[in-house]
Amino acid sequence: MRQTGAAFHQQRVDSVKSSQVTVENVSKSFGDFSALKNASLTIAKGGFYSMLGPSGCGKTTLLRIIGGFETPTEGDVCFDGVSILPLPPNKRQVNTIFQNYALFPHLTVFENVAFPLRLKKIAAAEIKRAVQENLELVRMETESKKYPSQLSGGQKQRVAIARALINQPRVLLLDEPLSALDAKLRQHMLLELDAIHDKVGITFIYVTHDQAEALSVSDQVCVLNKGEIQQIGSPAEIYESPANEFVARFIGETNYIHGTIAAVTDNEHALFDSPDYGNFTIYLDKKVQQGSKVALTVRPEKIRVAPEKPDNLPPDVNVLHGVVEDMIYTGFQTKYFIRVSKDKEPLIVFRQHVQYFMDEKPISWKDKVCLWWNTKDSFMVEVSK
Amino acid sequence: MRKNYGPIYVGPVAFWLCAFLSVPLLITLSYSFLAKGLYGGVEPHFSLAAYRSLFNTAVLKVLLNTIIIAVLSTALMVGLALPTAYYIARSSQKNLLLMLIIIPFWTNFLIRIYAWITILGSNGLLNSFLMGVGLTDGPIQFLYNRGAIILVIVYTTIPFAIFPLYSTIEKFDFSLIEAAMDLGASKTKALWKIMIPNIRSGITTAVLFTFIPTFGNFAVPKLVGGTSSWMLGNLIERELNITRNWPLASSMSVVLTFVTMLAVLFFMRSQNKKEL
Repeated sequence: MRQTGAAFHQQRVDSVKSSQVTVENVSKSFGDFSALKNASLTIAKGGFYSMLGPSGCGKTTLLRIIGGFETPTEGDVCFDGVSILPLPPNKRQVNTIFQNYALFPHLTVFENVAFPLRLKKIAAAEIKRAVQENLELVRMETESKKYPSQLSGGQKQRVAIARALINQPRVLLLDEPLSALDAKLRQHMLLELDAIHDKVGITFIYVTHDQAEALSVSDQVCVLNKGEIQQIGSPAEIYESPANEFVARFIGETNYIHGTIAAVTDNEHALFDSPDYGNFTIYLDKKVQQGSKVALTVRPEKIRVAPEKPDNLPPDVNVLHGVVEDMIYTGFQTKYFIRVSKDKEPLIVFRQHVQYFMDEKPISWKDKVCLWWNTKDSFMVEVSK
Repeated sequence: MRKNYGPIYVGPVAFWLCAFLSVPLLITLSYSFLAKGLYGGVEPHFSLAAYRSLFNTAVLKVLLNTIIIAVLSTALMVGLALPTAYYIARSSQKNLLLMLIIIPFWTNFLIRIYAWITILGSNGLLNSFLMGVGLTDGPIQFLYNRGAIILVIVYTTIPFAIFPLYSTIEKFDFSLIEAAMDLGASKTKALWKIMIPNIRSGITTAVLFTFIPTFGNFAVPKLVGGTSSWMLGNLIERELNITRNWPLASSMSVVLTFVTMLAVLFFMRSQNKKEL
């Protein structure tokens, strides 16, 4: 059984027709509300592309436009350079995995997956073979006689995947497919989705508001907010060098230090002056004018914390002093809230407990501590009002 | 320990149903097995005469006519109510549309039947119109036939089909239709293959709620039907009030109740099987 399955997938990857998807200047308004503003992006053939943003950012609208459930007010959507806008949903060779799975409650698992083939009036033996193979792909072949109400959330999800893939679409749209699952199962299904993507080799477009999901499986991530694309890049680019304050805040946790560029010392360094945190040298990740107001962002895991300032610190670090205001111990790490400035929010610092009992001195509530980070680990972002 | 109030809660309804449903039914059942009195009423000795006289062509013809009318009207009502209920459930003006169905429903049943007589009668609106535009020379006989009965029954009873269908369609998850279309189904196919099987309970209720009152209907055939299109209800009424053969009237009522219960059981079983 496994062998036929594996052979089938191999054959599938060879024969698969996945598409490059291009979205050109697409806008969509509902009455006065503009859900999507002039969005353009290119999704590579066979890629795993995520659209990430808070609810109402336009990601689902864009997905529905690609799927054919909405018509854009302006712009074009092409598969391999050919516009698909004139085609109805069922002619686009696109299938969708819906948030609530949308399994048909009156049909068995087998019949749910067979539904698209039955519509095409394919011979029973052929249907049986194809359904069997797709159920094997998602490891649900033993549950084929059950009804959706008898399945767990993760199982329903797998059946939905098998059903969406049976038409051999060129593009698979996933609309927050894991949001109804609990955290542990979500992790597991995410890896499974990634494995299925590798096996079938078609283009996946994945919509989510969960940055961890988007970062962990995608080749490319598009961050949206209020109908506008904020940044497109690899997960590492999005996380390590966010384009603006929204992206920095939305993806992961981060600290903000507002201030002014006091002097540009050379091509790579500048003197940064913050009314709340003092002066320090920063590394210039982009060009900036002397005197401009910027925000400096440092991720909590990039900041080191110790009871006292170590003697052997390298030269290119920024050092601050503060008091532990609060701490949250979560086993593998502790999250500290360290107050440096009276008027600003405390800085967030993660400390990994790699060697919990070998650390010289535990840091506790109300302790005076020293913080430092490598200048290259902070980055500047545009200040948005 | 908490006191069990259950019997107190169901008490009034249980009494009501016993006194005004079970007891009369039992009386009817027992009357059907008694001999008939000379001037109505019954003689207190056992007889199967009433049931024997059921097997006569005139009675069987009426029974057949009743079944034909009930089945046709039910099919028509459910067939018409389904798209109507779908439209209301998908509309943004649900309450208004529902009111439009409820308001005539509040009007007296007899008035609604007489309204049809004024429309369909020889000097009625329809005939006046047809003669006015010159489509016919003399009036056409629309009333006093099976068609008129079905028309008026459909008109008066269709809300009983619309409401249960509306409430199940309203609860139906329409993202399933979107999913079916995403998988290659046309809108019609998606509705037929996905919505219909999932609103079975509403369809069953609509069938029962329309079949039962139609099968026992006697006012509509009495007012808009002719003697050739009598229904069982008319026959029962005649035996009770004119011929004064109470055992025969009772045996017909027993048959009517029996057929209705058979239909109910059949539909309830077919639904349970599917719900698994």
